[in-house]
Amino acid sequence: MGTGLGSKPGRGRTGQDPELLRRLLRAKDRMDAASHEAWPIRRLARVSGASEAHFARSFREAFGIPPHRYLLTRRLERAKALLRDTDLSITEIAFETGWQSLGTFGRTFRDVTGESPGELRAREQAAPHEHQRTPACFLSAAHRPDLTFAVSEKRRQDAGRMNGSEETEVP
Amino acid sequence: MSQGVGVVGLYVRDQDEALEFYVEKLGFRVHTDARNGDYRWLTVQHPDQPSFQLGLFTPQAPMLDAATAQTLREIVAKGAMPPLVLVVDDCRAACDRMRVRGVEFTQEPVDRYGAVDAGFRDPSGNGWKVIEARREQG
Repeated sequence: MGTGLGSKPGRGRTGQDPELLRRLLRAKDRMDAASHEAWPIRRLARVSGASEAHFARSFREAFGIPPHRYLLTRRLERAKALLRDTDLSITEIAFETGWQSLGTFGRTFRDVTGESPGELRAREQAAPHEHQRTPACFLSAAHRPDLTFAVSEKRRQDAGRMNGSEETEVP
Repeated sequence: MSQGVGVVGLYVRDQDEALEFYVEKLGFRVHTDARNGDYRWLTVQHPDQPSFQLGLFTPQAPMLDAATAQTLREIVAKGAMPPLVLVVDDCRAACDRMRVRGVEFTQEPVDRYGAVDAGFRDPSGNGWKVIEARREQG
């Protein structure tokens, strides 16, 4: 299956075939360019010229995150930018960034960022910005949520915490 | 003589392919193409920027051991190398020219606060932004 250096396939730093990685990157780029679109594994696998099973496993190994969770981070990044920089309604932003329902958008947004879309908008619009020195295209990437675990897992952790919030921590 | 940065290098997976890309597709010129055994020092230049060379190097022996070279090839192919910026007068026109020559765009030109930017990758996976700077007032 093209893992390099003749080492055993499987877990650990055995290395991945750079040619495959380049094709996986193409799938990642396509999600970046159109994160509002639906990206079933079949479609992504086709972009990478890999089987569906091989694609999902290889993508995760290469980029440290499953493809659908990666897509989620891009959608949330765009939603945050639109909340901050436009006057679009939250409903419009939800559909613009690829969610099928406003409820799912609001819930996922809160689970990942810790605040609702409306709260983020209010906070961002109240704060002065010092962003001018970074090119806007790189700045948006810097504001991408770092989703190192599944949203469902984060939900469970939050539910398990006694009073639910890190922000109430008393100094 | 002016002082400053003279060469910055990129890692590429194949120097012939990179040379073809940067010269034929992006319009750079070859500055130096010198071979020494298996090693090839290859730099190109933007036609408007004679004091700066962009190096197109492969991760290879004897500079690097085989495992390190392999790791670098993986990193480049994953698009994990740092950002590169090409400054242009007219982003949309530049992108149209490049697209006709077969450049793989990752982001169509978009307007952000008066500046226009787009994104493409070289065949190895190095990511470039094409930025048309905001026009200064006055």
